[in-house]
Amino acid sequence: MTEDAKNLSCAAFQARLPELIGSGENIAADPHIQSCELCRALLADLETIAEAARQLFPIVEPPDELWEQIESAIKNEQGSSDRG
Amino acid sequence: MPHSRFPTQLPDPAPPGLAPQAPAAGTPASAPISYSAPFTRAVLPNPIEADALAGAQAGDHQAFAQLYSLHKRRIYSLCLRMVSNIAEAEDLTQEAFLQLHRKIATFRGDSAFSTWLHRLAINVVLMHLRKKGLPVISLDEAMEPAPEERPGRSFGAPDLTLAGTIDRLALERAIDNLPAGYRLIFVLHDIEGYEHNEIASMLDCSIGNSKSQLHKARLKLRDALRIYPRQEARR
Repeated sequence: MTEDAKNLSCAAFQARLPELIGSGENIAADPHIQSCELCRALLADLETIAEAARQLFPIVEPPDELWEQIESAIKNEQGSSDRG
Repeated sequence: MPHSRFPTQLPDPAPPGLAPQAPAAGTPASAPISYSAPFTRAVLPNPIEADALAGAQAGDHQAFAQLYSLHKRRIYSLCLRMVSNIAEAEDLTQEAFLQLHRKIATFRGDSAFSTWLHRLAINVVLMHLRKKGLPVISLDEAMEPAPEERPGRSFGAPDLTLAGTIDRLALERAIDNLPAGYRLIFVLHDIEGYEHNEIASMLDCSIGNSKSQLHKARLKLRDALRIYPRQEARR
C-alpha cells in the first residue's frame, strides 16, 4: 500500500472513530485496525485516556460557609424585591 | 488486541444523595481534591430530591437548603474543574444556586432536575469565562474551538505513544489546559460520567456533536500527554 493510500485509509477510519467508540462495536475487529499499527496505537492511547479519566471523578465538598453566603444573598435579594 | 476498554454505556451520575461518599462536612476549601472509582446511578428517581424540589418550588427555604445539600458537591466540583481556582469555584457555585433560587419555579420537569441544574451552572461558568476574556462567547462557540486549538489527526509516521499508563498529575494538568469547550465535554463525559444524550440536552447540541467534541478533546489530551514527558526529560 502506498503511503498516500494508507493515510487515506487512516483518515477514513479516524473520521469514523467518534461514532465507533462507545458504540459497542468491536473496534479491534475492524480490518483497518488489524492492519494499521498507527491507528492501533491511537486507539490504545484514547482508551488509556478515557480509562484514566474515569479515576478522576472528583468528590469535592464546598466549605460550610458557602451556604451561609448563599442564604445571605437570597435574603438580600428578597429584601430588595420586598422593598421594590 | 484486546476488546475495546471504552465503555459502551457509561454509568450515569448518581442522584446527589446517592453519590459516592464525600469528605466530612467542614472540609477546608484548600483540601486536595479526592477521587474515587466511577459512580453508579440508581435507576429509580430520588424521592428525597423530588420532595425537596416540590417544597423549594413552593417557596420553602428549608427545602431549598435540602436541594443545595443534595447538589452542592456536583456543582462545586464542576465549577472547580472548569476554573481550577477554589475562590472562583465558590463564587460560581454561589451564583449558580442564586440563579436556581430565582428560576426554580420555572422548572417543569422536561428533563431531569440534575440535568437542568447542570445546564444552569454551565451557563454561569461560561459567562464567567467570557468575562475573563477567554474565547467563550456562547455554548455554540464553546463547542467549536478556534482552528488553532483543534487537535491534529494522527497520520504519518508513528510517534510516541502513552504506553498504556498516564500519570494522574499530568492528566490533571492537560485537562486544565484544554480549551473550555473541549474541557467541558471531557469533564462531563469522561470524568463525571454523563452520557452523550444528557450532554446534548445540557449544551443544546446534537449527540453527534457531543461525540465529535469528546473525541477531539481526547486527541488534544493525547497530544499534550505525549509532550509533557519529553519536556520534563529535558529538565
